[in-house]
Amino acid sequence: MTTEAPAPIIDVRGVSKSYRRGEVVVPVLHDITFTIAPGEFLSLMGPSGSGKSTLLNLVAGIDQADSGRIVVEGVDITRLTETELARWRANSVGFIFQFYNLIPVLTALENVELPLHLSGLSRRARREHALTALDLVGLSHRLDHFPGQLSGGEQQRVAIARAVVTDPTVLVADEPTGDLDRVSAGEVLDMMARLNRELGKTIVMVTHDPRAAARAHLKRHLDKGVLSADDPAENPD
Amino acid sequence: MILLRILIRNAFRNRLRTGLTILGITIAILAFGLLRTVVSAWYAGVAASSATRLVTRNAVSLIFPLPLAYKDKIRQVDGVSHVSWGNWFGGIYISEKNFFANFCVDPPSYLALYPEYILSERERKAFLSDRKGFIAGRKLADRFGWKPGDTVTLKGVIFPGNWDFVLRGIYRGRDRTIDETQFLFQWEYLNETVRQRYPSRADQVGFYMIGVASPERAVDVAGAIDRLFKNSLAETLTETEKAFQLGFIAMTEAIVMAIQLVSIVIIVIIMAVVANTMAMTTRERIGDYAILKTLGFGGRQIALLIFGEALVITGIGAAIGMALTYPAARAFGSTLSNFFPVFNVARETLWLDLGAALVVAVAAAVIPTQRAIGIRIADGLRRIG
Ligand SMILES: Nc1ncnc2c1ncn2[C@@H]1O[C@H](COP(=O)(O)OP(=O)(O)O)[C@@H](O)[C@H]1O
Ligand SMILES: [Mg+2]
Repeated sequence: MTTEAPAPIIDVRGVSKSYRRGEVVVPVLHDITFTIAPGEFLSLMGPSGSGKSTLLNLVAGIDQADSGRIVVEGVDITRLTETELARWRANSVGFIFQFYNLIPVLTALENVELPLHLSGLSRRARREHALTALDLVGLSHRLDHFPGQLSGGEQQRVAIARAVVTDPTVLVADEPTGDLDRVSAGEVLDMMARLNRELGKTIVMVTHDPRAAARAHLKRHLDKGVLSADDPAENPD
Repeated sequence: MILLRILIRNAFRNRLRTGLTILGITIAILAFGLLRTVVSAWYAGVAASSATRLVTRNAVSLIFPLPLAYKDKIRQVDGVSHVSWGNWFGGIYISEKNFFANFCVDPPSYLALYPEYILSERERKAFLSDRKGFIAGRKLADRFGWKPGDTVTLKGVIFPGNWDFVLRGIYRGRDRTIDETQFLFQWEYLNETVRQRYPSRADQVGFYMIGVASPERAVDVAGAIDRLFKNSLAETLTETEKAFQLGFIAMTEAIVMAIQLVSIVIIVIIMAVVANTMAMTTRERIGDYAILKTLGFGGRQIALLIFGEALVITGIGAAIGMALTYPAARAFGSTLSNFFPVFNVARETLWLDLGAALVVAVAAAVIPTQRAIGIRIADGLRRIG
């Protein structure tokens, strides 16, 4: 018997992406290849403008690569139509953004319920799921607050609840602590670590905060469109 | 439905902007409704005209009379059921600013031909049996506070002198479209007086009003009447009552067209205002739409949010505007009753209001929707922060 590494949950092969600004073509990602094992917690670092968000968006299926293949949980998402991709996102990925991106006119509870409206669950089941998710992030006492009435840290926790409420296997986070003070950032990172550890979520987190990166198992660097391997020298653990 | 909740709350997110936009729509719909009502008031006489009535007048012009003797010949034309006649009197009550229509008619035949003027049997008899009697429409009597039995003096212009009349009845219109501001007296009274004062002008009528057995025969009968008096001293021109009424309005058609144009311009302006509001609104919410798409919502749902918001805003404005049209029209109509004897908000006007509001909402939402759906998610998210 040979002990094989488990099949990767995310398999990115030869992905390139460039943006067109008028006549000028700006290359952003250049022949990126990497895999992520199930249950992994990966942080993606790199200078601003290096293409971290672009890569994350490709993996999460909210942007399209120019070439290459991205397979997530066995689905080649580069071959899906826009509608199929939307359905896939709704079922398979949870999103956490730097600026929380909650819907300002919906309460915390309604924001968390929002993704479930595409799931065909009953009203009752939606509510129960949302309450559980909000409980998980410790916000059961803020259900009827609107985003504007919550602190940044609380808003990001609502966003985390919204990301996990559909029970996706993969979470993507783009600078989740980028707009938070140290204490709130710590809470958010604790929460993500718990989701990874206790619920087995695979997490891809873009950050340029070394403290945040330190919470991940794996670190990758993206510089000038090229992905470099884990740099253990930077890992304080 | 969560989207409904979002779009309604979105609509009232920026209270000042939404409030001002609603105010604009309210005023636009109100102005539109009033202008439309002015146009229909203009055509009230046409609308109330009957397809079974003809008007015969002197072919040269309405100011030249026709001999009374024509009435017997007209009566013999095949298809004619009623013949009545009258004269425009054009008298002034106290002062010119009190203008109202006043003419004399042959009462029995006239009342038979115009069943839409409703008079009690007692009043009818009183009118018929008093040579100097007159009847007035309800609105006219109200305007001057006339009571049955009152004597009213008109100053003749076409027929000079002071003419005394006694009010013998107040008629009502069969429905709201009937002019209730007319003053009608006995043709016989005019004729007798004229015979004494200006014998050469006696036994002349200004126009004949003719009833035909059925509307299909109206054109044939009109032709037959005119042929009857061809090459006589006073040739006739017979047309349907509707054509006769339209002839009056033809002179003012340019004004009506201008009013109609203005009413459309108002809608176009408000369309631009609402479109601007929607463009601002959706620009602010590009990030919201991007996150909804990220979560798996589709273009149709985004379109629903934007069209829905536009519909909520225009719908509220239009509803208030339509509700205000009634009291506004009443106030307007009573001030201008000299010009517009009939001034009612037609049901059709409300349908036009609704149609205009719908067009405004849809037109205002189209481009913002295209933009919101067309933008790539990554670009939409980038707009945040
Ligand atoms: N929609 C776009 N159009 C043009 N250029 C873009 C667009 N999105 C990103 N870029 C450019 O691509 C590069 C990488 O952007 P991004 O992935 O956001 O970097 P990071 O998240 O690492 O800061 C930057 O130079 C950025 O300006
Ligand atoms: Mg970025």
